[in-house]
Amino acid sequence: MNDDPILRVCTKIIVGPIILFGLYVQFHGDYGPGGGFQAGVIVAAGFILHSLIFGLKEGRKLISERLNLFIMILGVILYGGVGLVSIYYDAEYLNYSILAHDTKHGQHIGILLIEFGVGLTVAGVMLILFHLFSSWQGEDK
Amino acid sequence: MAEFLINGFLIFLLAIIAVVAIRSIKIFSTVMLAGAYSLICAIIFVSLDAVDVAFTEAAVGAGLSTVLYIAAMRHLPKREKVVNDNTIFAFIVCFGVGCLLIWASFDLPVIGDPMAPIHQHVGPYYISNTKPDMGIPNLVTGVLASYRGYDTLGETVVIFTAGLGVLLLLGDGKNRDKNE
Repeated sequence: MNDDPILRVCTKIIVGPIILFGLYVQFHGDYGPGGGFQAGVIVAAGFILHSLIFGLKEGRKLISERLNLFIMILGVILYGGVGLVSIYYDAEYLNYSILAHDTKHGQHIGILLIEFGVGLTVAGVMLILFHLFSSWQGEDK
Repeated sequence: MAEFLINGFLIFLLAIIAVVAIRSIKIFSTVMLAGAYSLICAIIFVSLDAVDVAFTEAAVGAGLSTVLYIAAMRHLPKREKVVNDNTIFAFIVCFGVGCLLIWASFDLPVIGDPMAPIHQHVGPYYISNTKPDMGIPNLVTGVLASYRGYDTLGETVVIFTAGLGVLLLLGDGKNRDKNE
């Protein structure tokens, strides 16, 4: 929690673009540098900046702990689920070529989906790590 | 020549930051210096054309881990305990290992050498087949997400497990901030 008006105003201005940049890195990872992992970290950094300046309580109003856990789990399930869909269509686990009529399109869809899964998990884990470390009160209290 | 100067300057900065971070007894400045170290590492990765690695290093090393250290720092004293042990033995060991590593580095292939063993194994296959197989220009994403999809699945599960582990250790409700 910080009462400095400069920090508060700047944070309000900058959090949106940070998250937008994270999404750009997420969905542009196959054409430029980046991908799910980096995007997850950047999106989490946006939310962490908000929590640092406005307090953990305000941060949890944006993303509750339940939602945070849900995001974490959803990422892994999305990744693993894409593999199961490939098996369903008689291909090897995580073979994306089968996901569309054209092999290339299938690969593209698969890569987008699993990168999104990675991004969700990484963002969720980073956010929950920050909240746990910051709200921990110590053993003897 | 310019490249040599830039790399030399960055390595020089790294060495200075490492020494100052070790010598500093204020934990806060050590944490900030570790962040600066990561940022300069990221610049070195950019100059080696490893943009994806640089991206990760800047976001994770310089950004998030610094914030996590600062969050964890609340539970530590402001200054390190000063210990005056005999450090001559440690110095000799470090110096010896450093000399051995430098000596071993003479056997490494030159950076960017196309005949180096690491560029002769699966690398050429990925370079020639990523575009026809997937139609995407970023080789790193192609290798990570498709050719090595199992590895990335494993990494995702590792990150997930790390989050769960910290949640089990620190988040059992008993030690939680009451106003949350």
